Amino acid sequence: MTDKTTLKITYREALKQGMHEALITKDKVFLMGEDVGRYGGAFAVSKGFLEEFGEDRIMDVPLSESGFVGAGIGAALAGMRPIVEVMTVNFSLLALDQIINNAATLLHMSGGQINVPVVIRMNSGIGNQLAAQHSHSWEPFYAHIPGLKIVSAGTHEDARGMLLTALESPDPVVIFEYTSLLNMESEIPSGSGAVDIDNAKVRREGKDLSIITYGPGVYKALAAAEILASSGIDVEIIDLRVLNPIDDETIINSVAKTHKALIVEEAWRSVSISSEIISRIMEKAFFSLDAPVERLCGIEVPIPYPKHLEDASIPQKQDIVDSVLKMIRYD
Amino acid sequence: MIEFTMPSLGADMEDGTLVEWRVKSGDFVKRGDIIADVDTQKGLIEIEVFDEGTIAELIVKEGEKVPVGTVMAILIPVVEKVPAIKKSRIKKEPIKEMVKEGSIKVDDRLKISPLAKKIAKEKGIDLTAIKGSGPEGSIVKKDIDLAVAMKVESHVEVTGGKKEIAEKGLRAAIASAMSKSNREIPHFYLETRIDMTKALEWLRKANRQRELKDRLLTIVLLIKATAKAIKEVPSVNAFWENGLQLKNAINIGFAISLRKGGVVIPAIPEADKKSLNQLMDLLNDLIPRARALQLRSSELSESTITISNIGEGSTDKVFGVIYPPQVAILGFGNIVEEAWAKDGELSARPVVHVTLAADHRAIDGYLGSRFLMALKRNLQKPEAL
Amino acid sequence: MEKEEIKVNLPITRELGLKLLYQMILIRRFEEKSAELYTKEKIRGFLHLYIGEEAVAVGAMHSLTEDDNILSTYREHGHALARGLDPGSIMAEMYGKQEGCSMGRGGSMHLFDTSKKFYGGNAIVGGHLPMAVGMALASKKQHLKNISCCFFGEGAIAEGEFHESMNLAALWGVPVLFLCENNLYGMGTALRFSHSVQDLEKKGAAYGVEYAKTNGMDVLEVKNAVEKATAYIRSTGKPYFLVCNTYRFRAHSMFDAQLYREKTEVDEWKKRDPILTFSNQLLKNELISTDDIDTIEDKVSTEIQKAVDFAEAGTFEPVEDLKKFVYSP
Repeated sequence: MTDKTTLKITYREALKQGMHEALITKDKVFLMGEDVGRYGGAFAVSKGFLEEFGEDRIMDVPLSESGFVGAGIGAALAGMRPIVEVMTVNFSLLALDQIINNAATLLHMSGGQINVPVVIRMNSGIGNQLAAQHSHSWEPFYAHIPGLKIVSAGTHEDARGMLLTALESPDPVVIFEYTSLLNMESEIPSGSGAVDIDNAKVRREGKDLSIITYGPGVYKALAAAEILASSGIDVEIIDLRVLNPIDDETIINSVAKTHKALIVEEAWRSVSISSEIISRIMEKAFFSLDAPVERLCGIEVPIPYPKHLEDASIPQKQDIVDSVLKMIRYD
Repeated sequence: MIEFTMPSLGADMEDGTLVEWRVKSGDFVKRGDIIADVDTQKGLIEIEVFDEGTIAELIVKEGEKVPVGTVMAILIPVVEKVPAIKKSRIKKEPIKEMVKEGSIKVDDRLKISPLAKKIAKEKGIDLTAIKGSGPEGSIVKKDIDLAVAMKVESHVEVTGGKKEIAEKGLRAAIASAMSKSNREIPHFYLETRIDMTKALEWLRKANRQRELKDRLLTIVLLIKATAKAIKEVPSVNAFWENGLQLKNAINIGFAISLRKGGVVIPAIPEADKKSLNQLMDLLNDLIPRARALQLRSSELSESTITISNIGEGSTDKVFGVIYPPQVAILGFGNIVEEAWAKDGELSARPVVHVTLAADHRAIDGYLGSRFLMALKRNLQKPEAL
Repeated sequence: MEKEEIKVNLPITRELGLKLLYQMILIRRFEEKSAELYTKEKIRGFLHLYIGEEAVAVGAMHSLTEDDNILSTYREHGHALARGLDPGSIMAEMYGKQEGCSMGRGGSMHLFDTSKKFYGGNAIVGGHLPMAVGMALASKKQHLKNISCCFFGEGAIAEGEFHESMNLAALWGVPVLFLCENNLYGMGTALRFSHSVQDLEKKGAAYGVEYAKTNGMDVLEVKNAVEKATAYIRSTGKPYFLVCNTYRFRAHSMFDAQLYREKTEVDEWKKRDPILTFSNQLLKNELISTDDIDTIEDKVSTEIQKAVDFAEAGTFEPVEDLKKFVYSP
């Protein structure tokens, strides 16, 4: 029986509810993307929207990533609030010039005159043996660029609420959503709505070690924490949520408390989000550390097709447990 | 007069080579006229003049390569009088010296976590004496906590509050060490009774010939006897760390209890090489300083085996807990008068119960016994100590 | 190439004639001054001059309203001046001063002025075409009457963005004017070496976009062609593709030895100098006198000196403000 104050919901449903609320409450908002209308959305997130909101607000676009992302940027320049859906991050590469040289840069190049309030949603990550070209984690890439706000919806609460806040931003926001979470069920408070897109969140409080992660790493870390708790190890879990600009304060406070940190992400190890987090911990919390910071990242290989290899190429719950045990051993 | 300079045609253009003058001295030029052909990395480019006037002098020669900004020619504007012509060259900015980075030295650095280092500095702990238990053998916070408990600040007299903190830390550290010892070391216990008649007799005689302040206490006999016994059974004087590590030096840790509770254990270095007098002097110095928490960290770090004399004046026996990474702790009880059976006859003798708590990974019962027997023998020949 | 025929009975007023001539001369002298200042290292980075193409910017802007959105390339000084951006603010921008139209942050290639709906100044060839389509889309959705005009060179037609944008514009039926200035050279590569089909305007047909071409060296022809185009767009709400055939008299940018074209070809095109031909037409039709031309030159000279003085007197943003304009405050 579900509690009256919470709602059991899939991640997909949460995304849908967020977008639905946006379309209902904000009249300048419209959705544009491949197969968002007649197909009902590649991942069924916008199913039924075309019938409800009409062609003017739910636009099926041709396969022209550069063209339609650029058009979304232009529409944002000229008074609209487009939600540009890039089917997956893998296809976003074709639109990089528009995103980086236009969306991220117009405010600056114009000396502050032009705002680009575009929201770009992209489905990301590993899932379902889709092989190398369909399994990228481009968060580190995008997080590198000044002028973009990059957020990662690793929980149902964020899937429900990040879009709404992003649509209020005067600057471009890129939202990473995750294929691997779409079918997962969880509970969110019944009145859930917009959430902030500025801060990291402590998803679990603890005192022995800080696990810092984002995206699919959040639920994996929480599951690992359950297992560790039965061994008497109490981990704190930080969900970064915003990958650019990063919320240093939450991270530093956590490390000051636990003195140990483990970063977990699916993206490839070198020049990744973990590289950045570890640098910041070194810069700002060096004297809090009782052990080197460690990280679990994607293995540097194009994502393979067979399941056992695909699973082995990113950190899993058990890997997190094993790493934490190893790090705590010295205590 | 107007200077015509080598133009900059791009941010990456540093210089140009004058290939051909398209004008000569005396020619009249208008704005936009081509004045020369200049060769650049991109090819031959016609350069134009932006002023009107007469060419007075062509300074740069055909074939010459000059930096951007160099005066190439002088023009006289239409109305101006001809002034003295100066040759000027724009100085090239000195190329900044590449700062040579120092070569990276790899030296033997102390491995210690930043947190531990910070705490050690705050508490004035001497790091060279500490053994690290963290990753890669690094010193971590727990090692410092232990040291803080077992050790005290160097150079600084402990007064009031600081002492309390030291004691609190002490308690925590002892708790930690003892828990670890209990968790990890498989203790076993041996006990024997030693007849102290001869030892005490010898002591009485020795002390009669001494000044009060130079008198020897029983404990020094016990310490020296232990040291000698160790020479016969060196296994008890070792560390266990992934295997037995025998220690050459015989540094006997001497447990001193503190009034408010807890113990400090200064080491008596190379006890086997010290005379009874030297041992006494050492104790006279150590014990009051220990009680005042004024020991130097070096004094606290070197024990290879520990003696607990807590029994003196109180209980008959004391069964100790080994201080890791040592492998043994000797406990001396109070010297009591007990019935002693010998050759079928009973008598009352001064007896001390000695217990040996040993690490069963390092020592077996046989070795432990041998050690105690050696100790017993040594105490029957006090004059040889 | 034949010498341009002098047309008689020009269907314009003296006033209009003077206005168009003034604007072209302003652009010409401004560009010449910029070249000079560049050689003196006052202007840095890249400088792409519009000399020879003035008729296109001036003729086109005349037919666009102040509500229309303008997007252009890195060779945009002419468009900016014709649009009414203050010459001083453009010059200061090129000097890198904060009094420049983009606070000095953009330089020659990134002139922006939202008060004049001038959206750059874009340095990626073809990069602004999708944005123009998007702006037109926004106009359509908001039931606004303005059109979005993007200027681009023939080099952009090779880019994917051109094709995607044309397709989207036609598919969505949005009011965008794709105005291509074909100056025959994409940097150093002639048209015949980069396009399989060189009648560029015909590509409109592939997307169902209404198209035309015009003589880009004649300001009146451009003006008429753009009027026709905008009328079409405003009445149908659908896009239009206009190719203006023109020529740049100068190199691609300052640091270019022009190894890719013959001087004789340049000289031939110079005979069709839009300023020269237009002033001759005006003179021949007795709409203006040579005194008028002198007056214009003087006025322009004063304007430009004022612009240079403004730029020279300008100030640099303090270094502490470096991180401004990354995100909105």
